[in-house]
Amino acid sequence: MNQARTLFEKLWNAHVVTPESADRPAILYIDLHLLHEVTSPQAFARLRANGIPLRRTDRTVATLDHSTPTLPATADGKRPYINEAAKAQVAQLELNCREFGVCLHGWDSTERGIVHVIGPELGLTQPGMTVVCGDSHTSTHGAFGALAFGIGTTEVGHVMATQCLLQRKPKTLAIHLDGTLAPGVGAKDLILHIIGQIGVNGGNGHVIEYCGPLIKALSMEQRMTVCNMSIEAGARAGLIAPDDTTFRWLKNRPHAPQGAAWKKAVESWRKLKTDTGAHHDRTLYINANQIKPTVTYGTHPGTAIALDAPVPAPTNVMEQRALDYMQSCAGKPMQGTKVDMVFLGSCTNARLTDLREAAAILRGQRIADSVHMLVVPGSEAVRRAAEAEGLHQIFRASGATWRVPGCSMCIGMNGDLAACGQLVVSTSNRNFEGRQGKGVRTVLASPMTAAASAIAGTIADPRPYMEGVANLNTPAENF
Amino acid sequence: MHIQSRTAVLADENIDTDRIIPARFLTTTTRKGLGKHCFNDWRYLADGSDNPCFPLNQVEARNCTIVVTGGNFGCGSSREHAPWALLDYGIKAILCSEIADIFRNNALKNGLLAIVIDERTHRYLLNTPGISLSIDVREQVIELPNSKHIRFELEPFARHCLLEGVDQLGFLTQHIASIEAFEAYHEAEAC
Repeated sequence: MNQARTLFEKLWNAHVVTPESADRPAILYIDLHLLHEVTSPQAFARLRANGIPLRRTDRTVATLDHSTPTLPATADGKRPYINEAAKAQVAQLELNCREFGVCLHGWDSTERGIVHVIGPELGLTQPGMTVVCGDSHTSTHGAFGALAFGIGTTEVGHVMATQCLLQRKPKTLAIHLDGTLAPGVGAKDLILHIIGQIGVNGGNGHVIEYCGPLIKALSMEQRMTVCNMSIEAGARAGLIAPDDTTFRWLKNRPHAPQGAAWKKAVESWRKLKTDTGAHHDRTLYINANQIKPTVTYGTHPGTAIALDAPVPAPTNVMEQRALDYMQSCAGKPMQGTKVDMVFLGSCTNARLTDLREAAAILRGQRIADSVHMLVVPGSEAVRRAAEAEGLHQIFRASGATWRVPGCSMCIGMNGDLAACGQLVVSTSNRNFEGRQGKGVRTVLASPMTAAASAIAGTIADPRPYMEGVANLNTPAENF
Repeated sequence: MHIQSRTAVLADENIDTDRIIPARFLTTTTRKGLGKHCFNDWRYLADGSDNPCFPLNQVEARNCTIVVTGGNFGCGSSREHAPWALLDYGIKAILCSEIADIFRNNALKNGLLAIVIDERTHRYLLNTPGISLSIDVREQVIELPNSKHIRFELEPFARHCLLEGVDQLGFLTQHIASIEAFEAYHEAEAC
């Protein structure tokens, strides 16, 4: 029998150890488990308490990213942690990895970085895999045609002990994307636009498959930005079928298959696509031609509009409260709003191409005196590549601060925060109340909009700043 | 498994995990003691005193273990610290017409009843704070003060684990032979 299947069904079926039934979920096999310091300690503690070994250390990789300072170590080697708890949490992961035999990309590793940046970079993330991490932005890895989703700490323990999870099969939502992204409009604008359309809960219960000619034309970095924010619409995972763009990007990465194994792998990865006639639970069509630089005006990522569009009038008390918190004015566009800080970083937008896009706008320019801009590369590899191109000098010359890799202001656990009442234009993924500090107003935006806003000192359209800037959507050769 | 309480209401929609437990409290390496920071930046004023505007600080909300929330409760991150904090704060059940996937999953694994109810009942409960409810997990019903019973859906395995105290890791471990067979088959194929 030759039944048409979706990409999701192919990935799911290939990892079912025991199928689901009415009274119990499927046991799903996990190919790659990524760990960081925040959501793993209690899971390691459970293993230790019960004398259980970590079953597959060869399928487990850890890094330090959330609680880590982005200021470099002092001359005597001390890291400027925000507090003793953050320092102890990092030390705990170091100890746990030693004790359980897990590969850790720690402070001494040249590959350390944000977990969702280094997984792909190292070629650990591959098409056809199941990938999990105690982190909701694990959806990023779906850009490679992997079924990748965030889990809680109890489940982190399940994977450590058994390499499996108990899972109910989710529904699928296909988002078919047509058209092209206009100059000055990036993958971030696209995904903000999508979330604005379907809502912050529009993906609940579903895995989103992004497809259509626009997706085919996107680089891997852009695809990762799109999949990364699937969770901001409530979808646990985003998926994109792998293609030649994927294979070119992955080839020769440290953990990618080599030689004959590579050829064989690509041959099997080419089958990872939704068959003609396969059924999705929902399908949505979006044409991207009209998408403009997009920002948020409220306190969740669903409040996304073009930066020159008027902020919608509130329809209830909660929406009014969000506008009050943000000091956004109904009827007025976000463009022109005074900016205090700009954050360029996070697992959404801290890859080399993101930094290039911002640097192209900042080259030869000064950021406004009233703006403090933080640039935090996604990984040590991104940092090295950016410095080799001189991007750090462009950022510094413009008045921005160049830091060492980590999650930084996206979650603010390491103390990289803004002050109460300040407005931050941020390339990160969440604009929740207090996410970047108590009372801080976060406006999500693309790296291009962030750079333009830093120069203007107000939320600014990047397009006027882009005259003479070359098309940067070419694939990065060396990440 | 029975829970009886008056209800408190947090009517806001999209109460995200950062509001439930702000990220700066996630540097802990244990599950304990997060209750004092539950809803921290909503619950306390800048000087550390109770915010009189926070619904769960109201006298009538004290000791309520069932909280009715606005839609899409628990959206955002996968931090299991959110249900740990709610439980430690004394909350035993969240009732809502829509609960974010990862939060619901994390909650049920910790014995916090994250229960999805129909929209009509949800609207009624949002507008009627302080009524006494009884939640019966075995029968999957909520009993209202007028003895009316509202049925709710609960994933059967989660229900089984809650009722029988089944440890899901223990359950998975019983299937280790199947897992080994899966690995042997697929890893041989990959070579």
